[in-house]
Amino acid sequence: MSAPASDHGHAEPTSFTFSQENLELAKRIIAKYPAGKQASACMPLLDVAQRQNGGWLPRVAMDAVADLLGMPRIRVYEVATFYTMYNKNKVGRHHIQVCTTTPCWLRGSDDIVHTCKKKLGIEVGETTADGQFTLGEVECSGACVNAPVVQIGDDYYEDVAPEHMERILDALARGETPKPGSQTGRQSSEPVGGPTTLKAFTTAQADATTAQADD
Amino acid sequence: MPKLTIDGIEIEVEPGTSILQACEQLGIEIPRFCYHERLSVPANCRMCLVEMERAPKPVASCAMPCGDGMVVRTNSETVLKARKGVMEFLLINHPLDCPICDQGGECDLQDQAMAYGFDRGRYGENKRAVEDKYMGPVIKTIMTRCIHCTRCIRFINEVAGVPDVGAVYRGEHMEITTFVEKAIGSELSGNLADVCPVGALTHKPYAFTARPWELRKTETVDVLDAVGSNIRVDARGPEVMRVLPRVNDDINEEWLSDKSRYSYDGLKRQRLDRPYIRQNGKLVPASWTEAFTAIAARLKGLSGNRIAAISGDLVDVEAQFALKELLSRLGSTSLDCRQDGARFDTSVRAGYLFNSGIAGIEKADVILLVGTNPRWEGTLVNARIRKRYLAGGVTIASIGEQRDLTYPYSVIGSGPETLQQLVDGSHAFSETLRAAKNPMVIVGMGAFQRPDGLAVQAAARLVGEVYGMFRDDWSGFNVLHTAAARVGGIEAGFVPGEGGRDIHGILDGASKGEIDFVYLLGADEIDTAKLGNAFVVYQGHHGDAGAHRADVILPGAAYTEKNAVYVNTEGRPQLARLAVFPPGEAREDWKIVRALSEVLGTTLPFDTHGQLRQRLMAANPIFGAVGEMTPASWAPFGAQGPMDTAPFVTPITNFYMTDPISRASVTMANCTEALVGPAQERTGTHG
Repeated sequence: MSAPASDHGHAEPTSFTFSQENLELAKRIIAKYPAGKQASACMPLLDVAQRQNGGWLPRVAMDAVADLLGMPRIRVYEVATFYTMYNKNKVGRHHIQVCTTTPCWLRGSDDIVHTCKKKLGIEVGETTADGQFTLGEVECSGACVNAPVVQIGDDYYEDVAPEHMERILDALARGETPKPGSQTGRQSSEPVGGPTTLKAFTTAQADATTAQADD
Repeated sequence: MPKLTIDGIEIEVEPGTSILQACEQLGIEIPRFCYHERLSVPANCRMCLVEMERAPKPVASCAMPCGDGMVVRTNSETVLKARKGVMEFLLINHPLDCPICDQGGECDLQDQAMAYGFDRGRYGENKRAVEDKYMGPVIKTIMTRCIHCTRCIRFINEVAGVPDVGAVYRGEHMEITTFVEKAIGSELSGNLADVCPVGALTHKPYAFTARPWELRKTETVDVLDAVGSNIRVDARGPEVMRVLPRVNDDINEEWLSDKSRYSYDGLKRQRLDRPYIRQNGKLVPASWTEAFTAIAARLKGLSGNRIAAISGDLVDVEAQFALKELLSRLGSTSLDCRQDGARFDTSVRAGYLFNSGIAGIEKADVILLVGTNPRWEGTLVNARIRKRYLAGGVTIASIGEQRDLTYPYSVIGSGPETLQQLVDGSHAFSETLRAAKNPMVIVGMGAFQRPDGLAVQAAARLVGEVYGMFRDDWSGFNVLHTAAARVGGIEAGFVPGEGGRDIHGILDGASKGEIDFVYLLGADEIDTAKLGNAFVVYQGHHGDAGAHRADVILPGAAYTEKNAVYVNTEGRPQLARLAVFPPGEAREDWKIVRALSEVLGTTLPFDTHGQLRQRLMAANPIFGAVGEMTPASWAPFGAQGPMDTAPFVTPITNFYMTDPISRASVTMANCTEALVGPAQERTGTHG
């Protein structure tokens, strides 16, 4: 093939071994599946490998997963290349994934992308020179009620306006972790400007309910 | 049994039959790309759509099992429209390069586009282009043409058992690829180009050489191994342009090994196209008369016990029979067709045949391989074992070397002592064999090519007897030969006669000066240094080891150049047919022997091929049943005796070069370099 990761400018690592800790984790994951069906653990193991390798999957990591599961290597490449959330190219420390599918787009995701480009000085799909940020566009992140949505690492930043985006990027650059969730302070997916029906339930009561549910 | 109506015709089919198969039974043609009758059904090309009553939309007939009371229409407006839509989508990204495509003229997409294609494109965007992949020395790829039917992936995973090909990325970006530009390590890779319905995978050696409509097609059999695969030789003028498999469910299904398919360029190189005589140590061209006179001069006054003959791996039955007749007229009984030095009893047919038949493998539930690497010795036998493995419920074990046979098996021993343990029941595997309903043993030449070959044969027979492999309803004792000529030679009686020497005796005698005249009938795999000072006649088609040593060379015909009988390892006589004429002055082999007999003053009693066949049938009636397996009756064979403890070793060290034709082939040299060389370096078994 053009190897799953052949179209990037950086060198492929030549070896990958699971850390002791991750190997334990991998074994726990494999143990969830019946004997002989360990190939089912392919996807979670690829995720473990990707996390260990700083957010992307070199070919050697896919090979390591294939060998661990006794699968033909090509079968693992098929899986890894099928799903966009496995990064076949090296990504920066902060992988910024702006959702640009219709609901987010209607709510201004173009501005978010534009802000990121301007602020970071990179185009979509590129990584900053210092290796801190990679900007990416993704298809629906599944949080349309809080559009526009930006995923950074494992965190979702919702209801993002350009000025929020700037603040988030600044904070990340300083090494802080900005508060994830709605940037406008909205509670989960409640209507902007407070409830429009069932007003008898006050916001305070709703908060209490949510708090209970969280417990 | 479901009963359904297709296009107004009622049909009752076996449960589990798909609508497409039912249509085929009715003779209704359903277009398809991804469906292949010998592969799994992915239903991803959508070309086989049909209309079914009470179904909301057209259904893929290849994946829809027949149900009772279904009403199916295959030729309605809806169906036509649906298929046209599918075709239009397929053609969106398919290049319009049919004039320079090797598949042109025999392309499924081209043919079906004639029926379902739109006469102009409505797609204004850019077509996609895909990087070509490297798939080894025999498969050429033009991946832009790929329509993602995934037949190649399924073939290589299921039939070949070498999971090297897959589909990466998704949607419009999907690409078929080997993992990271690696040659496909399968001996069946040529079939990828056969299953490919478009021109994405084509045969590299055939690239840009011919068009299907200018080829003369001859249905014949392959002789590069003992399987006897049915092939079609496509020739243009005097040249073989390609070799394709022919369907024969008893033997090769519809596959062909790469050696059988791509060795044909060896037919054009190193050919012996005229007689030669050695004069002052050098071979000089001669006429037929001169060559025959030289032989007659040497044979004059020579007593029969100083004359011997050895036949090679690619020789047809007629030539061996004729030479045997000639030798017996000269008073010699020293003749052997086992040039590889194998020792086995040839007196009982059951002792040297693949008695169950290759298709019989599918009925076995325990398979024991003895001293054989079927992947290299009989690639399609191995493919059949893999097919049996995929069907489930089979235990496979081997006595011999550990090799990758494309299916899991256990090595239960390395040499004859394991056979002995199986006979007396002391081996752990005995239990498995005893519990088996249809146990099978496959003995390879690695078990016979050793001084204790006869004892090994007897031990293998005892294993068969102990575990019930010789029954009226089941014969599980099988011998896998490596040479197409071998069984035919034995059946024609080309084995040592009364008081005659076998191959070892002939070579010993020649080196000691006890034999003065050796007739090599296409025999090249012998140690020619052992021929000593004997006068050597080589009759064959390639300038290989035998011709190198010869004093007189008689140019013969290769398997594509004669009408002849070959008998495969099952004991099934099959007809090879003349596709092109032998080059230069070369002649069909039996005619050479017949002509020589006349010069020697002992004219053989046949003037035509028909008369020779008659005599052959009279000598051994199995030659009358062409294409049939004549069951072998059971009688004790082999000779019980002490056995060496040395492990069994497979006789083939390089699958791609086993005979004069494949050794002369450039394609086979490329395969050796790409596939065998690196593998041997990896395992460290070379040198």
